[in-house]
Amino acid sequence: MSATTVKLASAAAITGATLPLEIAGLVKRFGSLTAVDGISLTLAPGECLGVLGPNGAGKSTLIRSIVGRVIPNRGTVSIFGSAAQSTAARQALGWIPQELAIYPRLTCAENLIAFGRYHGLSGSKLKEQSTWCLEWAALTDRAKTVAGELSGGMKRRLNMAVGIIHQPKVVLMDEPTVGVDPQSRNRIFEMIEALRAQGASLIYTTHYMEEAERLCDRIAIVDHGRIIAEGTYAELVRSSFGSRSQVIARVTGSPETIAAWTARHNGRIVEGAAEFTIEQSTEISTLLADAASSAIELEDLALRRPNLESVFLHLTGRELRD
Amino acid sequence: MFAILQTAFASLRRDRAALALAFILPIGFFSIFAVIFGSMHDTVPRVKVIIVDQDNSEASKSLVNALLHEDTLRVSTHPEASKAQPNPPDYTAQSAEASVKAGDVSVALIIPQGWGANPISFGQGQDQNTHKIQLLNDSSDAIAPQVVSGMLQKAAMTSLPATMAEMGQKYTEKYIGTLTPEQRKQWNDNLAYLKRLQQDRTQTSATTASASPTSSSSGSGFNGIISVQTRSVVGESQNKPMISYYAAAVGVMFLLFTASSSAGALLDEADSGTLDRVLSSRIGMTTLLAGKLTYNTLLAFTQLTAMFVFGWAVFHLDLWTHIPGFLVMGLSTAFAVAAFGMLLASLAKTRAQLGAISTLLILTMSSIGGSMFPRYLMSDAMQKAGQFTLNSWAIDGFTKVFWRDQPVTALWPQVAVLLGAGAVLFLLGRRFARRWEFS
Repeated sequence: MSATTVKLASAAAITGATLPLEIAGLVKRFGSLTAVDGISLTLAPGECLGVLGPNGAGKSTLIRSIVGRVIPNRGTVSIFGSAAQSTAARQALGWIPQELAIYPRLTCAENLIAFGRYHGLSGSKLKEQSTWCLEWAALTDRAKTVAGELSGGMKRRLNMAVGIIHQPKVVLMDEPTVGVDPQSRNRIFEMIEALRAQGASLIYTTHYMEEAERLCDRIAIVDHGRIIAEGTYAELVRSSFGSRSQVIARVTGSPETIAAWTARHNGRIVEGAAEFTIEQSTEISTLLADAASSAIELEDLALRRPNLESVFLHLTGRELRD
Repeated sequence: MFAILQTAFASLRRDRAALALAFILPIGFFSIFAVIFGSMHDTVPRVKVIIVDQDNSEASKSLVNALLHEDTLRVSTHPEASKAQPNPPDYTAQSAEASVKAGDVSVALIIPQGWGANPISFGQGQDQNTHKIQLLNDSSDAIAPQVVSGMLQKAAMTSLPATMAEMGQKYTEKYIGTLTPEQRKQWNDNLAYLKRLQQDRTQTSATTASASPTSSSSGSGFNGIISVQTRSVVGESQNKPMISYYAAAVGVMFLLFTASSSAGALLDEADSGTLDRVLSSRIGMTTLLAGKLTYNTLLAFTQLTAMFVFGWAVFHLDLWTHIPGFLVMGLSTAFAVAAFGMLLASLAKTRAQLGAISTLLILTMSSIGGSMFPRYLMSDAMQKAGQFTLNSWAIDGFTKVFWRDQPVTALWPQVAVLLGAGAVLFLLGRRFARRWEFS
């Protein structure tokens, strides 16, 4: 990984008054639909900001506005002080779209060379950068393989490599792990962590909460085109749940009895399980005693610290996957 | 069974491209062929003929006037008047031959001086010293000389009764013996009547014809009662007359298909998100389209080159002595068809739509533009309609190069139209491609 250190050294050196990314009052409408509704965000140098939200929340429109592919109705996007559509901004940005936006009939190396040229690279610099990207994506032994013949995970990694061929200082990743197996997902996490270690600033959209928890310094939860919560993982959980925990109980019994039992303890039924928020672990015994007295049979019981899923559910009343 | 039927019909109803291919394309094609070959709307093609009357005898004038009134011919005795030349002089043998060589007309008839003294010939091997009518033709048009020959025969039979009678008398006396004085008197009385009749017709025809120098007329036959000497003034040295024509004609049609298909890559890239990604780099839409236009132009030119090289190797097409003209026409044609493909791709929303639109347009353009059969077989209206197709200009240009052996400078009208059309089509394509630029 010595090559990695060299290649992204410039990204680590980003400092100064201008932030990598500043979004102010961004609004984008498509007809009567408001996809982005007044979003304001900043991204600090070297930071990884997670943008979390269900499908249709406005994440992709937000990303496309940043890369200049969507013209906002209102608001501004600036990258190191330059407007999103400027050449300077395009050079500073790397975009990894959700779709596999690669040429399926070109080899991995040819794809990298093509996109490198689109970004103005040439000669030895292009070759050097292409070699580094193949190494970063663990595709060196597949350099001459046609992209269309790669496995799903390899295509994803090539899709990512193509997005950073020009050494961008800010990388936008739009759900890069969609449709990949756990092993490939872990490999992608390693790639992202390597990129972060070199100081690149990242925006990472996902609807997988565990990815956001693992990778992001800060998380913005987006719903209906707005940021409904923003902060570190700990801040979000604390602001929603304080020191409370969650109890998830799978039980059997008459539905009416279970509903009455759940309501008595301020819980709710989520996906067939009863969920309760407790301050002290000793409250569990009270819950179980009441269930037993109501002829409710316990099948499974779990104690869980609230996570982003819980935060999202708490804030919107909906599952993240809805 | 019913469910399958219902599903299939519902799918067809919602697939506009399939609907167009299933219903509009065959009806459109049927209409085109009906107009070209059918009898509706006065679609009989008229053969353009230039007549040069060097004889100016009674017989030649009668013949010319008869031809001028023949519906299947479009006869000219002098070029069309223009502002620069309101009263153009009559064609000469040289200018008529030049017009045939240039492709302005398919046939020219030269009536030589002295022809009127002995216009009719009977039998083989006779009259070796008579002045024969010269028929100059372009051998790429196999139909026109046949039509003109037939009309010439008809005109002789109908417009020269006195001449035929007089010549009959001469031949009778030559081969049977001298007439008695009484027979001669009756013959001469009848001949005088026929001459008056022939003269009257000539005067009437001349009055009518003078109003329009380019009116219809009829022709005659090679081996009939009028001796005709035929000479191909174009393509005499070509060993396979139609090879170069069809190399260009078929080539252009397939270039159009290839260019449309190749330009369709834009739609694939838009679908996959690759186009978005490219446009988020330093590449703008104009640069992207210009790059694709260049690629498609080179692809089309390579395809055309392969076809002509194959024509040379297998059909002995004379490619190597026409390289400059081929390069000029090949690149102009390739540019125009590539731009056409770009426009279609930027108009269509899906690959299926592109396939339907391009098939419909290309087959229509090819049929009326001469890629499927020569345009001289078509009516005047269809020939004019064909001028709005890239096929006709490309084919005309290649015909000039390979058939007429014209210099590169003579290609300027075809090159100008093809390059101009290509530029306009590209600009239109650029305009429609704005839908991909931003949302």
